[in-house]
Parts: sequence; structure tokens; C-alpha cells
Amino acid sequence: MIRAHDLKLSFGPTPALRGASVEVAPGEILAVMGPSGSGKSTLLHCLAGILVPDAGEVWFGDRRVDTLSETDRSALRRDRFGFVFQFGQLVPELTAEENVALPLLLAGVRRKPALTEARAWFPRLGLDGLEQRRSGELSGGEGQRVALARGMVAKPQILFADEPTGSLDSLTGELVMELMVAAVREQGTTVVLVTHEPRVAAYADREVVVRDGRAQSLVGS
Amino acid sequence: MSVPLTLLGLLEREPSHGYDLKRDYDTFFGRGKPLPFGQVYATLGRLARDGKVAVSAAEPGEGPDRKRYVITDRGVTEFETWLTEPVEAEPHLQTVLFAKVVLALMLGRPAAEYLDSQRAAHLQRMRELTELKRTGDLVDALLADHGLFHLEADLRWIDMTAARLDLLAKQVRR
Repeated sequence: MIRAHDLKLSFGPTPALRGASVEVAPGEILAVMGPSGSGKSTLLHCLAGILVPDAGEVWFGDRRVDTLSETDRSALRRDRFGFVFQFGQLVPELTAEENVALPLLLAGVRRKPALTEARAWFPRLGLDGLEQRRSGELSGGEGQRVALARGMVAKPQILFADEPTGSLDSLTGELVMELMVAAVREQGTTVVLVTHEPRVAAYADREVVVRDGRAQSLVGS
Repeated sequence: MSVPLTLLGLLEREPSHGYDLKRDYDTFFGRGKPLPFGQVYATLGRLARDGKVAVSAAEPGEGPDRKRYVITDRGVTEFETWLTEPVEAEPHLQTVLFAKVVLALMLGRPAAEYLDSQRAAHLQRMRELTELKRTGDLVDALLADHGLFHLEADLRWIDMTAARLDLLAKQVRR
């Protein structure tokens, strides 16, 4: 589904990736683990076409991602990929349902059908009645579920989740993970899940560990 | 898991037959390892001998299942003492894993690889427990959580140790 080969990327003099390779099968949930500063988020950003590596290749199916123009990478992210970040990053001026509908609106879906589609996610994620709230009026767990709905609403082929439970307590984080796994399994979405928490990684099918900018599969997993 | 004390606790709830005790034990505490009937009755026999339970008049019919067991004051005291005293917080300082790491470093063997394969085994078990949580009831979920938190603690230790292998090697190689 998506694979990276021998990625290298430095921020100024600081190398973040030093030859990282990873491959994710269709429908697979892959956990990318590693300590802070190991390069795991950078790896996710390269896979998702947000960052362009200095060297190495990123392939989405038979399409090479790292050589695409910024415009084409934006279109790819918009049309094929979904995102959930650590701090929801909802647009504070919009209501919860408008936030969820955002990827559809950006993809050119008209407002009414986009909102209808967005609203369907609220009962699925236990968010009934919160459609009109703004992000400041949502708890952390509710905000992350809205962010999850926004990540999934356009039926992405790959969901990129960067520490999606990082700002939540254990029980709330667990609920978000349960809902995420149920949603992606139902839609057959591939997931790249960056986390430093083993209990979150345990929801994945497999994990790779990033150390010093290199990714490795664990022996025996 | 202390079988005698758990049975005492179940008896404090209500007087019961051996069969009921076994059923409740298996439901809440057995978790795939049912308590053999023989052990139930042997344990109840010892508790009766020590005056912690009493046997109420046998009901008509034959066999051990006709007896009803009742907890005594002594049994209640013992159970309450056990319940209210915290379990010893074991430091687990000398784990098998620790011994493996130190020996591997002493012998110049690949300690990092041992830690990696242990990490993989831990994560695999965590996946299984997470699946059990997702599909089981609340009792399953709480037991799985207990396992998950302990495995996570081990994993943190593995990570910290992996990050300090060079220093540890200097200390153990003389």
C-alpha cells in the first residue's frame, strides 16, 4: 500500500532520518514506535507527503510520492489520506460538524451533502448532540473523536495518526483507539500509527521501532 | 491467587455448597484454569478443621455436594485481615531478564538483540490481551488491563536498559 525505502532527511545539521525503510500492507495497522526524537514523526510526515526526504523513495501503490510537486502532494493528501494528530487541531471558529466536513468541503463536495455525511459520524463515535459545539466546548476525548471523524470522513485509503491519544488519560485514550480500530476495520483503511505508548501500539497488527533515524521490525514480530 | 482465602471471601457473601463455590471461583478467578472439585473439597476440609468454616447439617441425599458451608467468626477475621493488608510491593530486582542482560554483557553476547526479542514477545502478548479486552466482558477487560500495565512497566525497563547498555557493559566487564 505504502512503502518508504532508505529515507534520509536532515533539519539543518541535525539528521532526523538516516536510512529508514518501512512497508505497510493494505488494511494493515502499523505502529511506529520509538523514543522522543527518534524520527518517528518525521517518518510519518515523509510517508504522508508532508515532508520531502533528502534521499530515498516513498511509494503509494505504484505512484512515487517524494518526486511529486507540492500541488500534487497536496491533492494526494486531500484525496487519499486522512490525518489525526495529538492535539486534534480542530478549527476553533467552526462547529464540530463543520470540522468533520472540512475534508469533503476542501475536496469540492457541496456544503449540504458534506454536512450530512459528517453528521453520520457523530452517533458512530458516541458524539450525539455535540454537532454544533466549537472545539473550545469539547473535552479532550470528544475533540479527538471529532478529529478521528474528520480523518475518516472522506474514506481515505490511509489514515496517518500521530500520537492520537497522547493528550488523553488512559481510559479516554483507550476509547479513542477502540473507535479508531473499529472504524478503520469497517472501511478497510490502512493505518500508520505513531506512538511511544506500548498500550496504544498493542492495537496495531505489527510494529516497527525507529531508533536514531532508522526503522526496524522487531525480531519475531 | 490464594484459593482458601478466596473461598472464605465467597462464603462471607453467603453460605454455599462446594459446587457453587467452584462455579463462582471459576467465573471470576479461574480464567481458563478451573479449580478441580478435589481441591475445592480438600480446601474446605482444611478450613473446617481449622475452625474457619462450619458445615451445616447435610441435606438429604449422599455425596459431598449435600453439605453447605458457613464461614465462622475466625474465618471472617482471617479473611478481613488478608483483605485489608496491602500485598507486599515486590521490587522484582532480580528478574530473569536482568540476569540475561548482565550475563550477555559479561560474555560479550548481543544483549541488545535479547532485549529486542523480549520487547517483541511483550508486545505480542499485549496485542493478545488488547484483543481479549475488545471482545471480552468487563471482568476480562480488568484482568487484561492488569497484565497490560505490568507488561508496559517491563517494556519501559527494557527501553531504559537498552539505552544504557554501553554503561552497564563497562560496569559488569572487569
